[in-house]
Amino acid sequence: MKVLKGLLKGAASRPDLSRPLVLKVFQRNLLVFRKTWRSNIMFNFVEPVLYLWALGFGLGMYVTRINGLSYIEFLAPALIASSAMFSTTYEMTYGSFTRMGFQKTFHGMVATPVSMDDVVMGEILYGTFKGVLYGMVFFAVVALFGLVKSPWALLVPIPLALMVAGFSILSMIWTSIAPNYDSFGYFFTLLISPMFLFSGVFFPVENLPPGIGFLPWFTPLYHAVEVIRPLVLGQVSWSMLYDLGWLAAFGALTVRLPMVMVKNRLIQ
Amino acid sequence: MTGRGETVEKSLDYVVKAADLVKRFGGFEAVKGISLTVAKGECFGLLGPNGAGKTSIVKMIYGFSPVTSGRLLVFGEDVKTRARQIKARIGVVPQEDNLDQELTVRENLLVYAGYFRIKRDLAVKRAEEILDFMDLGEKSGEVVGKLSGGQRRRLTMGRALINNPELLILDEPTTGLDPYARHLVWQRLRRLKESGVTLLLTTHYLEEASQLCDRLVVIHRGEILEQGTPRGLIGRHVGREALELGIDARRGDLLLEGAGHLLKAWRAMGDEMVFFTDYGRELDGRLSQRAEELGISFNYRRIRPANLEDVFLKLTGESLKAEAGDSGEDHL
Repeated sequence: MKVLKGLLKGAASRPDLSRPLVLKVFQRNLLVFRKTWRSNIMFNFVEPVLYLWALGFGLGMYVTRINGLSYIEFLAPALIASSAMFSTTYEMTYGSFTRMGFQKTFHGMVATPVSMDDVVMGEILYGTFKGVLYGMVFFAVVALFGLVKSPWALLVPIPLALMVAGFSILSMIWTSIAPNYDSFGYFFTLLISPMFLFSGVFFPVENLPPGIGFLPWFTPLYHAVEVIRPLVLGQVSWSMLYDLGWLAAFGALTVRLPMVMVKNRLIQ
Repeated sequence: MTGRGETVEKSLDYVVKAADLVKRFGGFEAVKGISLTVAKGECFGLLGPNGAGKTSIVKMIYGFSPVTSGRLLVFGEDVKTRARQIKARIGVVPQEDNLDQELTVRENLLVYAGYFRIKRDLAVKRAEEILDFMDLGEKSGEVVGKLSGGQRRRLTMGRALINNPELLILDEPTTGLDPYARHLVWQRLRRLKESGVTLLLTTHYLEEASQLCDRLVVIHRGEILEQGTPRGLIGRHVGREALELGIDARRGDLLLEGAGHLLKAWRAMGDEMVFFTDYGRELDGRLSQRAEELGISFNYRRIRPANLEDVFLKLTGESLKAEAGDSGEDHL
């Protein structure tokens, strides 16, 4: 309890944010990204393409139709969400941890008028941007395969942005308490991979055992898939607004946490 | 220097004023109620061994670390409430480089200018000036990862100048540099001082302190032991000269009686004794005579000018002696 109090100290206070400076932090990361994207596009982008190939075209041949869809039609839209999720979570764990600890970039920034809240917000913004970018690149691939069925699909960036903002926040929270790089293994094994497998990407959540069928509801990925899949397939319904609302609420309710947690870690 | 806020602060002759400043980490008190004033345009040094609390003090001054208790004004404003405004007017050279590794030298400067919201064309101009001043022009397109240690340090310093700071804070600016690179940094710091920038630096290099600082405080275990000008401190505590004798300290005690009023201070370390005085030759004569009478012979004997290191050892060495048994702590 005392530990938790220490981590969350200041969570009730107002954040000290300056919009132009948040943007400067974001732009700094963008400038670095423009130089390094070639070397990390591999696991953010090529990997989901391999999934699409192996599972969609390979395994999919043996799967009967799901909700009237061929397996690849069912899978492809959800992989847009999961590839965005992975690119954001990698960036906001390994990437942010490097900037925070090893490179001490955050320290350099807060020696200027930039506040620690600006830094963390800029990071979250960057993680969100990166997720949307990689998600949309994968979206283009899905479109190339002829799997985009409706112009509603042009709205995909909205649920994508809301979802990856949530993942930026979650990852930053983990990063703020991570003792070392190895600890991110837990984050991915215990949180991200189960989400990837059981949030309706590969099969409908109705097929989960009754006792744990409620769990996907608590994950941003599930709600994003619930919006993105119908948009891509052109099966829109009002219930999608509920999922969008869930994603927006998740971001709004948690965004203060990584700010105070990073500050409490770095500033003593 | 730009004319920011000139009307309000014309009368202000100090840049930093700390009163009873305390910094506590949990149960550990790193800074134990220090008071100091840094005057406009001077080079002020915080001198002390590693772990003395120097970095804690400067981190509070540049608004990184919250003040536990006490009062701390920078440019007449309270760091607790006006951190952003204060930070806009200072430059910080941290102990560990935190440059943007993937970016080039010039990009580092431009990105940093952005944090001060300096307009692009002004930033470009300012970056050119700094590259020139720091002798990094040829490296401007090079990625930071490829720079030498000295070049990195100069870039860190140059980056801290991007906003034309009125106060430049340097935390151990030359630690880990080779002598050539160190002198290059010192030279630049002197030029900055001449142009009116106030410098506040922490160091554990006595040479650096005596080369650069107009005034300094000696800090030990979170407290100020002494303050003054380098010369003043040397004069007050150890006098002009140091007479070093290669001799067993136990036998050396016998010599002391012969020194009389000539002796200002002395210290014994292993098989060397150092006697401090304003009258080196005279003292040398007396001690030699006394040694002959006692039948003590020296392994060596030399007179040299006294320096800050002697002051420092005297001040901190004595306090260590007072707490016998934990003599390993001076380098924590």
